[in-house]
Amino acid sequence: MPLELIKEKWSNKIDVVTIGATKAEGGTRSKAIKVGGETGLPYLLEESEMPHKPVIAMEIFDVAPDDWPDTLKDPYGEVLNNPLEWAMKCENEFKADLLTIRLSGIHPDAQNRSEEDTVKLINEITAKVKLPLIILGCGDDAKDNLILPRCAEITKGERCLIGDAVQKNYKTIVAACLAYGHSIIAESPIDINIAKQLNILISEMGLPQERIVINPTVGALGYGMEYAYSIMERARIAAFGGDKMLSQPFICFVGQEAWRAKEAKAKISEFPEWGNEKERGILWEAVTASAFLQAGADILIMRHPKAIEIVKKHIEELIKN
Amino acid sequence: MAFSGLDIYKLLPKTNCRKCGFPTCLAFAMQLAKKAVSVEKCPEITAAAKAALEASAQPPIKLITVGEGEQKLEIGNENVLFRHEEKFFHPAGVGIIINDAASDEEIKNRVEHVNKLSFERIGQQISVNLIAVRQAGSDKARFEAVVKKVAELTKLGIVLISADAASLKAAAAHIAKRKPIIHAANKENYQELAAAAKELSLPLVVKADTLEELSELIPAVNSAGANDLILQTGDKPVNKKIWDLTQIRRMPLKKNNRVFGYPSLTVIKSNDTYEQVIEACDYILKYTGIVLLEGFEAYQILPILTLRQNIYTDPQKPLQVEPKAYPIGQVNENSPVLITTNFSLSYYTVLGEVEASKIPAFLISVDTEGMSVLTAWAAEKFTPDKINESIKKFGIPEKVKHKNIVIPGYVAVMSGDLEEKSGYRIIVGPREAAGIPSFLKNIQKAG
Ligand code: SF4
Repeated sequence: MPLELIKEKWSNKIDVVTIGATKAEGGTRSKAIKVGGETGLPYLLEESEMPHKPVIAMEIFDVAPDDWPDTLKDPYGEVLNNPLEWAMKCENEFKADLLTIRLSGIHPDAQNRSEEDTVKLINEITAKVKLPLIILGCGDDAKDNLILPRCAEITKGERCLIGDAVQKNYKTIVAACLAYGHSIIAESPIDINIAKQLNILISEMGLPQERIVINPTVGALGYGMEYAYSIMERARIAAFGGDKMLSQPFICFVGQEAWRAKEAKAKISEFPEWGNEKERGILWEAVTASAFLQAGADILIMRHPKAIEIVKKHIEELIKN
Repeated sequence: MAFSGLDIYKLLPKTNCRKCGFPTCLAFAMQLAKKAVSVEKCPEITAAAKAALEASAQPPIKLITVGEGEQKLEIGNENVLFRHEEKFFHPAGVGIIINDAASDEEIKNRVEHVNKLSFERIGQQISVNLIAVRQAGSDKARFEAVVKKVAELTKLGIVLISADAASLKAAAAHIAKRKPIIHAANKENYQELAAAAKELSLPLVVKADTLEELSELIPAVNSAGANDLILQTGDKPVNKKIWDLTQIRRMPLKKNNRVFGYPSLTVIKSNDTYEQVIEACDYILKYTGIVLLEGFEAYQILPILTLRQNIYTDPQKPLQVEPKAYPIGQVNENSPVLITTNFSLSYYTVLGEVEASKIPAFLISVDTEGMSVLTAWAAEKFTPDKINESIKKFGIPEKVKHKNIVIPGYVAVMSGDLEEKSGYRIIVGPREAAGIPSFLKNIQKAG
């Protein structure tokens, strides 16, 4: 009797979201990146398709980060103090797929950077760097609602990904994305019902589903990674089973979480039994990232160039036919 | 798959002869389904029906035991494909491969190093489970000698890896009481190895390139007498491996396929510093029962063991610590008092930072049913009333003479309410535990 394998056939698939617009598409990006489109659980290519492979976005900040360990700062060096040069280094030297600009410095409790400074920075980056862009606010609702719409306006037609929209603050950002042709990141606190509810609210404002990506709020390896992992698995099973309001690609803020972990940051002198800090930090981020790939991540936002290189190579291995 | 009462009834003689002590076959069937009686009570049942019932009582994936004593490893007997459906029960074994071609000195150093690959995380000890000795050439005497030596040097479980059946049998016989795994039976040598595994009652890895070949080899190995099996497919790209592992888990659970009702094993081919770690983690996430790799650096093993700990945590029951006031260091009546939840991760993260600050303090873990600070706050399990009650219940008024309480930065909004209810002055601590050492130093200075 020939062996009968069990192949899952699902009724629904993940929406395809496009980030970046080339000249022909009305923007100035060097390429447009598509994510999503999966027809089944990750990397089971015998039973389902993954038309677009997961991508990694490198992350830069408008102000130099003050909580990065040396092992993470070293590969960047001086450019950490100059966001434009930092962005260019990501494109030219590290060959990033996408660029994430995080506007931490606009937060009133941080440097409280102004609208004018931010507009100037985004304009400079858009002119000099041709990667598809992700633009992130600072988490302060009032300041984000002031500045993100301006960012959306000056990048009109570039088909950026802008975030994060949350349940208590989404309208202004959705309106800006609608007005200027961008897509949105919908953030929910490790909660499948809120993720769905927020997608419904955003859709009701008229933003098409294929312009939404879900940020399920991940934790680092060792720091709650498994919660997001299971929420993502559940959401995907629901999506493939037919739930259109959970059928959006996932974006995972891996670098932000992984580099908060003590295991990623601590010097070898503090914990000699944990081994070299350089490799340990890189692996902490890379393993956090690859775990979420197995849960269905489509976009990973990462920090260490070596960790990015490793995960990129691993993605190629995962989709090899 | 367990049978229902009606399923069982269909297999019984249906004569209602009462020899079992029940008035009807149906009544007996219902008790059997609840496992309240033994099938032996019915003298009339046919042998075929009895065998079917016994098989149905077995778990779909057999539990396999490796090693002995404290280092005993149990794998298999899993019930679900996704941890949110229930939980993953038996954490995958992680093993380090040592080559018998290395010098005696190197082997000794390596084993001693691997013995120490054990870390404490959130109150649990996470450790490497296995050492795999791999025969590099065909020197039987060398393999035997190295296996004996390794067995002396470690208490961990042992995997014997060789392409030569005679070497495997000889080495296994030396250390049979340590319950090593024999790796591996293939279509050429399975008769010999299955006989050895049966005789020594040892677990045996059955290896074939494809699932199709495995589906033929497993019954053959069973017929040759070996029934404690671990399954392995050949080397292939990671996604194909994940496919094989997924099928080996799916077939017994979803189709009651008993041929594949065993845990699986993977051996990492890559020796790249990083790649082998990522690969090992993929396989742990995707059902492997055992993963063997050559990498042994702490920075490689710590992430693998941490990932395993995460993924085998019960999703319904977050790890918790006992709610109480924990004295950290040499506390006295002037020591600061910090509040956190009884979610293990919150508690141990805060504990680590308080210890690092070297400033003695009381740490109160409030009973939030294992929820983290923000989740518990949102679910109203971490409220001013709850915190106030804990402060009093755990005797803070008797333990310290000051009137200050530090709460996590994330719940700063409750300061006013808590201050009123408790009569303590509320100091808002940092949001992230990493900020605790400098925070404690500052309040100490402010004194
Ligand atoms: S002994 Fe067996 S056949 Fe007789 S009543 Fe009980 S179950 Fe039925």
